Amino acid sequence: MAPEPPLLTMSGITKSFPGVRALDGVDLDVLPGEVHCLLGQNGAGKSTLIKVLAGAHQPDDGTIGWRGEQVVLRSPIAAMRLGIATIYQELDLVEGLSVAENVYLGHEPTSAGFVVRGKEARASTAALLKRLGHPEIDPGRLVGELSAAHQQIVSMARALSHDVRLIVMDEPSAALDPDEVDNLFRIVTDLTAEGVAVVYISHRLEEIRRIGDRVTVLKDGRAVAGGLPADSTPTREVVALMTGRNVEYVFPPRPAPRDLPAPVLEVRGLSREGEFEPLDLVLRPGEIVGLAGLVGSGRSEILETVYGARKPSTGQVLVDGKQLKPGSVRTAVAAGLGLAPEERKAQALLMLESVTRNVSVSSMSRFSYGGWLDRNAERDAARKATRELSLRPDNPSALIRTLSGGNQQKAVLARWLLRGCRVLLLDEPTRGVDVGARAELYAVIRRLADEGLAVLMVSSEVPEVLGLADRVLVLREGRVVHTAPAQELDEHRVLDLVMEGSPAS
Amino acid sequence: MTQPVSPPRDDTPKLSPQVEPSPWRVVVARADVRTLSLLGVLAALILIGGITKPDEFLDTRNLQLVLTQASVIGVVTVGMTFVITSGGIDLSVGAIVALASVWATTVATQEYGFTGVLFTAVIVGVGCGLVNGLLIAYGGMVPFIATLAMLASARGLALQITDGNTQVVTIDGILDLGERDSYVLGIPPLVLMFAVVTVIGWLVLNRTTFGRRTVAVGGNAEATRLAGIDVRRQRLYLYLLSGLCCGIAAFMLIVLSGSGQNTNGNLYELDAIAAAIIGGTLLSGGRGTIVGSVLGVLIFTTITNIFALNNLQSDVQQIAKGAIIVAAVLVQRRTANTT
Repeated sequence: MAPEPPLLTMSGITKSFPGVRALDGVDLDVLPGEVHCLLGQNGAGKSTLIKVLAGAHQPDDGTIGWRGEQVVLRSPIAAMRLGIATIYQELDLVEGLSVAENVYLGHEPTSAGFVVRGKEARASTAALLKRLGHPEIDPGRLVGELSAAHQQIVSMARALSHDVRLIVMDEPSAALDPDEVDNLFRIVTDLTAEGVAVVYISHRLEEIRRIGDRVTVLKDGRAVAGGLPADSTPTREVVALMTGRNVEYVFPPRPAPRDLPAPVLEVRGLSREGEFEPLDLVLRPGEIVGLAGLVGSGRSEILETVYGARKPSTGQVLVDGKQLKPGSVRTAVAAGLGLAPEERKAQALLMLESVTRNVSVSSMSRFSYGGWLDRNAERDAARKATRELSLRPDNPSALIRTLSGGNQQKAVLARWLLRGCRVLLLDEPTRGVDVGARAELYAVIRRLADEGLAVLMVSSEVPEVLGLADRVLVLREGRVVHTAPAQELDEHRVLDLVMEGSPAS
Repeated sequence: MTQPVSPPRDDTPKLSPQVEPSPWRVVVARADVRTLSLLGVLAALILIGGITKPDEFLDTRNLQLVLTQASVIGVVTVGMTFVITSGGIDLSVGAIVALASVWATTVATQEYGFTGVLFTAVIVGVGCGLVNGLLIAYGGMVPFIATLAMLASARGLALQITDGNTQVVTIDGILDLGERDSYVLGIPPLVLMFAVVTVIGWLVLNRTTFGRRTVAVGGNAEATRLAGIDVRRQRLYLYLLSGLCCGIAAFMLIVLSGSGQNTNGNLYELDAIAAAIIGGTLLSGGRGTIVGSVLGVLIFTTITNIFALNNLQSDVQQIAKGAIIVAAVLVQRRTANTT
């Protein structure tokens, strides 16, 4: 490559959130007209980095150079004015507005400063859509009526409606069919031919090989490799870069192999249209089974369907051989299932309430006589459950929102412990939990299993699944592609499976 | 050590020190800043009333009147507090009061006497609440829309029943309840009914699984559902409860006015919501206080009374109410931000 001055130079970018250092001195440089791929596991810092680049986050430290000058991206508008556009995974379109209105939202062509010249906006939107290879999208249609793929095109048209020099695409192919992916790549190629640079984020290595020029790999908030050639770097090397860890988690020892009791949970041919394919699963008391897969592989959907929070398209869930009513959380809970969901604050916790009330919410009838609560019994039982899990602070009336992520998770576990739950479903059990507190949580989960609970866990952190689970199901796009005891798998192999799809055997 | 065997002390983690505080301290510690400030506002209002119209305001009859007026809207507010705590809203309370009051006072109903009137008022209230609840909990309608529809239809039905006429009550047992002879230790029976509803409401909200579920649904409905609680059934019960309170209030209004009118309960929905909100119940749900709601009702009724005694017209009263609501919500936002 000729010694071209870089378009963008980010150096030493550091960003901390409470309890987490999301970015730790990351460098990234992007040349005009190149496709620069950003690769990393979940939590490696990719989305934080692109939010800094989009002006949505302010870095704690580090500098950003843009076309040779140092700049500060104070806001998304400031970034947009410089010519940096970001297309997020969750598209930020207004569904009730037309295509043209969305494209020119905030910078509408106007007469006399405020009368929107709609015809002009529609005409130039049509030109942009044509340039993107989708002349069939009507600029006057409501965005809400378009398919996901077409909405993404609209989002791109919006980026191009500004004088854009760099487009950041966050997993643009995640929602697309293979045909649509081809069109996306053609657009990317056209853009780069015009000198526009693209920062492309994807989990799929084969895509990066197809369109990428250079690759930067992030891991634990650091750039472990910058500017590798995308087409010639061996997959092994990329995977090794993504997985080589600085932080070593301590996992509790697995119990010696033994005969487990009869299954408590059986899942037969459970599926949900468009989310995951028929799944069979047997879970015995004392065992931890892990589901490994990327975001969008159907992991959370499987857990929530087993739990009855989503209605299955086909299949059954049986506890002790008895079928649960499909799509009913209440029968699942009554049969002994408990879920610690991924979005703890939104799906599990009563944020205005105390620890006691959060723990007792699923077992209130145990402390009531004809609806009348025995609050002392309630508090004592909740305290017993939280002490068993060493929840801190040891104060039943502490407000749940004042607790750390790890202790909030313990409160959720205590809820099910108190309920006398027999099958624990854990969705990303260490999401939002400090690295230091994770080992303790792992030990708690293992102890619960040793005491006879059956645990089904989901995690996007492969080492977590491998370290904690006894048996692992590897998922890719809603399908189990491999099942094996955790000891027989390693991180590289699982990542190969979830990214490349076919079992190498 | 006075005892021969002392229990091992270091095994169990230390509890917070269990000092027995004086009862008064417990009251003060438990009453939050908001309740105390509401009491302060009420005290200031009584002071203003006493200074501006010392003879009329502090007259026993006037105080009895204020409390009686507060009782009707107060019962409605107790039900409203439950609904708002659960994250819902009931715009139809005034219309339900009107419909229940006219249905219970038709000539046909009055033939069944005292119990017939009481029973009808309660049944009509609960019936309207049932429709609201079914539409919201199982029909998936937004509470605002469902109860707005109920507001319109119940008022329309009330007008249809009365044809705009006042339906005079001829049953002595009911009329007697409004007379001074039936006052218990100087307290009107309606005020006693309000007190009973308040105490039961407080107990249900703070000491029962029903109350706990109400708060949980309002705080985080999805988390409550995933915790295995039947959120829809809870919502249904809450609108039934609000309807029940409206039925009771309708009966109280019949006693108070000796009649049933289709204009009864006009704008009760606004008064009840406003009283609950300034009392400290979160409009977004998850936190509710019966004590606060009752204080809110007393504050509003006292203001109305003082204004009336000072010959200030209702337009001034309305402006003052609006200002109080704004002030209370601003204070609420402030305290929410600091905690």
